[in-house]
Amino acid sequence: MRKLVVSFVSGVLFAVGLGLAGMTQPSKVLGFLDFFGIWDPTLAVVMGSALAVDVVAFAWILKRKQPVADTTWHLPARTRIDAALLTGAALFGLGWGLSGVCPGPALVSLTTLKAQPLTFGVAMLAGMGAYHAVEAVRRKVATSSNPSTLQGHGAI
Amino acid sequence: MILSPAFTPQVAAIAALGGGLIGLSAALLLCGQGRILGVSGIVGRLFSASSKDTDWRVVFLVGVGVGAIVLGLVSPDRVAVVGWAPLGQLAVAGLLVGYGTQLGNGCTSGHGVCGLARRSPRSLAATLTFMGTAAAVVFTLNQLKGA
Repeated sequence: MRKLVVSFVSGVLFAVGLGLAGMTQPSKVLGFLDFFGIWDPTLAVVMGSALAVDVVAFAWILKRKQPVADTTWHLPARTRIDAALLTGAALFGLGWGLSGVCPGPALVSLTTLKAQPLTFGVAMLAGMGAYHAVEAVRRKVATSSNPSTLQGHGAI
Repeated sequence: MILSPAFTPQVAAIAALGGGLIGLSAALLLCGQGRILGVSGIVGRLFSASSKDTDWRVVFLVGVGVGAIVLGLVSPDRVAVVGWAPLGQLAVAGLLVGYGTQLGNGCTSGHGVCGLARRSPRSLAATLTFMGTAAAVVFTLNQLKGA
């Protein structure tokens, strides 16, 4: 139960932070990405202040033996910079540059029920679903042909 | 490069406050649950049959929804839908963002904030890649518009 309270409060703070910061406005995001035009540094301030909090907070938190409401840490284990990471990030960047919208602000904007965020949101979920559908088939093929070659592509 | 007139000291101050809240929300999730606040992972794993821990993901998303609705009631222009791209462009962009964030294991929150805060080289590589690609797209679109 404590775990779910943490999830809920974290979600609320995250949404309010994104909205206050203006990150649900594509013009702010595209203005930041326009390094060679009329540059709007708002996103840099948002990321910078989030990072300033978390560089200090994460180091302090990770000194604990375990989280407050769970028995283990659930941190990404992989460290290799591989083709999947870079290809995925590049595809995400293409979509981000085309729209000025990334997943967090997309969820916040979905609550307006307007056509633009709904279109983006449904397409984003379809893209995520497509990836995991392909991945499920790939795993099945891998396990049935040779169980020892099973490798996961778990997301953060 | 010319600095945008939309970036006023007041805008910067509110952006810093908003960013601070984002940082706080990620710190809370890590401290409480030992989890990374990565939106694309939290949502995307709901599609993955192998993950059994869906409860906290759904509750987090409910929290995002409640936060967004409350903010919209208090300050409607903060969540107003203004200046979005045409629907066809948004559909293509959404597909790319959805597929790309799963293949690349993260987006702006997971890699850009949490990963960098953990000093993860993977997240730094991902963040530089998606920012560079997005900036190249914006540059190209602006050139086409100007031409």
